[in-house]
Amino acid sequence: MMGALNPRGRALLLGVLAALIAAPLVADRYLMSVLILIFYFAFVGQAWNLMMGFAGQLSLGHALYVGLGGYVSALLWLKFGIGPWLGVFAAIAVATAFGAVIGWLGFRFGIEGVYFALLTIAFAEFTRVAFDHIDYAGAAGGLFLRVEEEGRWWDLRGGPLLFYYLALALAAGALVLTAWLARTRLGYQWLAVREDEQAARALGIDVFRAKMAAVLISSGLTAVGGVFTAFYNNNLFPSRVFDINRSIEIILAPVVGGLGTVFGPVVGAFILTPLGEALTALTERLGINAPGVKAVFYGLALMVIIVLRPAGVWPWLARVLRLTEHRP
Amino acid sequence: MNPSIYLEVVVQGVLTGLVYGLMALGLSVIFGVVRVVNFAHGEFTVAAMYAAYLLFSVFGVDPLVAMVPIAVAFFGIGYGLQRALVNRFVGRAEHEQFILLVGLAIIIVNGTLLIFGADARPVRLPYGFDSFVIGPVIVDKVRLYAAGAALAVAAALFLFFRFTRTGTAIRACADNLVGAAVVGLDVRRLYALTFGLGLACVGAAGALMETIADAKPELGPVYTLIAFIIVIVGGLGSMTGALIGGVLIGVSEGLAGLIIAPSMKSMMSFALLIVVLALRPQGIMGRRR
Amino acid sequence: MSLLAVDHVIKRFRGLTAVDGVSFEVAEGDIFAVIGPNGAGKTTLFNLIAGVLTPDQGTITFAGERIDGQTPDAIARRGIGRTFQLVRPFPALTVEDNALIGALLRRSKVETARAHAQEVLRRLDLYDKRHQLASALTLPDRKRLEVARALATDPKLLLLDEVMAGLRPAETDRMVAILRELNRDRGIAILLIEHVMRAVMALAARVLVLHHGAAIAEGVPEAVVRNQAVIDSYLGAEAL
Repeated sequence: MMGALNPRGRALLLGVLAALIAAPLVADRYLMSVLILIFYFAFVGQAWNLMMGFAGQLSLGHALYVGLGGYVSALLWLKFGIGPWLGVFAAIAVATAFGAVIGWLGFRFGIEGVYFALLTIAFAEFTRVAFDHIDYAGAAGGLFLRVEEEGRWWDLRGGPLLFYYLALALAAGALVLTAWLARTRLGYQWLAVREDEQAARALGIDVFRAKMAAVLISSGLTAVGGVFTAFYNNNLFPSRVFDINRSIEIILAPVVGGLGTVFGPVVGAFILTPLGEALTALTERLGINAPGVKAVFYGLALMVIIVLRPAGVWPWLARVLRLTEHRP
Repeated sequence: MNPSIYLEVVVQGVLTGLVYGLMALGLSVIFGVVRVVNFAHGEFTVAAMYAAYLLFSVFGVDPLVAMVPIAVAFFGIGYGLQRALVNRFVGRAEHEQFILLVGLAIIIVNGTLLIFGADARPVRLPYGFDSFVIGPVIVDKVRLYAAGAALAVAAALFLFFRFTRTGTAIRACADNLVGAAVVGLDVRRLYALTFGLGLACVGAAGALMETIADAKPELGPVYTLIAFIIVIVGGLGSMTGALIGGVLIGVSEGLAGLIIAPSMKSMMSFALLIVVLALRPQGIMGRRR
Repeated sequence: MSLLAVDHVIKRFRGLTAVDGVSFEVAEGDIFAVIGPNGAGKTTLFNLIAGVLTPDQGTITFAGERIDGQTPDAIARRGIGRTFQLVRPFPALTVEDNALIGALLRRSKVETARAHAQEVLRRLDLYDKRHQLASALTLPDRKRLEVARALATDPKLLLLDEVMAGLRPAETDRMVAILRELNRDRGIAILLIEHVMRAVMALAARVLVLHHGAAIAEGVPEAVVRNQAVIDSYLGAEAL
């Protein structure tokens, strides 16, 4: 567990937050879109991190919850005119239901480690193919929301400014939630389960309940990201939104930033996304047609981090910049 | 529907499944002995497919023949990879292994995308459209040859593990690591050998696969999943299990494609995986751990 | 008042009878030791009581209710704390956080649990090391941490599995003193598996000797160590 931020760290955090709040005053549309992407990955990364980094359960199928959240809220909007601020509750309900099934299957039947990861992949892939054939949801052709620039924030219709502050609020909110959870009884139980399940049981911890709580909170939170992505991108395709590559993208920021740490996913997102976008911009500028170069970079980043600095960038950064409380 | 179509689909499924099985065999060997979860397994298979494609388009070599040098090359890659990189992860937390190999998988998939582009790269063999007629069933020559070659490689591997000293030593490592080290077996070298053998299977399977399917970057994750499904359904660490599992998956996919819809055939495999994970995680041939 | 009653418990593993019809009782506030050669079934017995294993036959009763067949965490919640023979601290967490997790069993607020954990650490001479990572501790300290962590759950019965192993005589004496204090001040019953006879003699009110899964002697320590069967199977004549 990381030490809490010291005054220096807190000052830095507030400074960064202030800069981000003021950024739209100076940033162009492109920069804002990159920042929105960063906030999005910080958010879903944080949600995923709750399951893996804290409760120790590796999910490689988190795109399932993004997709479900997106489709449920988009369908409620398109078919029934129900706005996303209400639709999000249905989205969370559906996603947590799926999460509950996966969790129950995994934990009741003792499916662990790689088998659990495969279980999550299987569910995501199964759902992807299923949605390809559900005509009510647009099947493989996808769902489309009409793009409207006039601001109707209650329907999440509007320009980039609306989505910018929404994404920033989500990312900041997830950060606060994680920091709070880490200090609760449940948070400590998760740590125990992650470290040593048998020892945790010997201390009276109901391991099944702790793991389920992690899955439910993680899946519900991720679904909110799905709602965001549906209304921000204005389209949903099963082959894109449920794809295993989306699931892998979700884990990049937390792994690079630091599994199980509160700030890891945020730091990871701030490092990876700009670099990735810069790489894409560079190849475009040079006139090289290089699809996949960004992904190769991400793959390399994963490997480099896991070999050289498996605890992630944040613990090292915090130590070097002296941002956390010093423990003797 | 004409019943012989079902029979044909089943036969096709068996033949394709044997090639899948060879691929899965490599995974079973790697996971069963070195206990490393090779999440890049399918991606390596696709890389082998591209290698066969290259050898065919540049030198006109039939993939059935190219299978040998490709397998040898992949053996070397596997040996080196294990020695240089994977070895340090053997004792470490499982999720760190996955992440390492997921990273490698991403690099391979997108590397092939960068080099070859997204279009399918088929191999047009001179006998590509020929078939044998066996009773009521029409069987593709290509599929029959590929399946036969897959069986041959699997048999060779089985003989190696059963009857050679090194093979026995590797099996000893799988059964009892501490004991193996105690009697003086060079575990690291044996691990590297095993990884090499596992990837050699992948290399051979990929070359054979290129005769049946067309190389495309996005097949990487698909094959990785199939390999894992086969290994779990068939039973980890069991060679016959891998082949049986492969055939099962090949047939079920074929039938699902015929009965339900071609685009839904993978759902069958995923559903099967979920059921097996829940009810009999040791698979059909595996022993309970 | 009988706190723990083990009644004709049998546990078999594929043809090997690890525990063969063992019966004994531990009263409230008792200190009871189980000794015997390696492979005698002592840890299996512990695992049966702690819920890790289920008996094939026989019953285990704690505080008047049957606990055989229940899960380890349910049994821990009933008031049985245990340590492991090969210590299992949470390596990436601090000493204090280790104990804190134990204390959280009966306390829902983290601050109160932390205060209790600190008090327990003080008793076990670990307070000064509370910010160290558990993985950085020496073996004797890790053993103390195991005990502290189990103790933080406010158990009525503490199962200690060879906590003296590997300790030097001075450390053994210190641990004995701590355990005696706990037993005296808090009335916690202790059931311990031990090979270190020095500790057994100093602590235990009653001793049970297991051999090949069966009880071959039970009684006060002084009598048990003179029992011929015990000497033949385990202690050896020099032990006297």
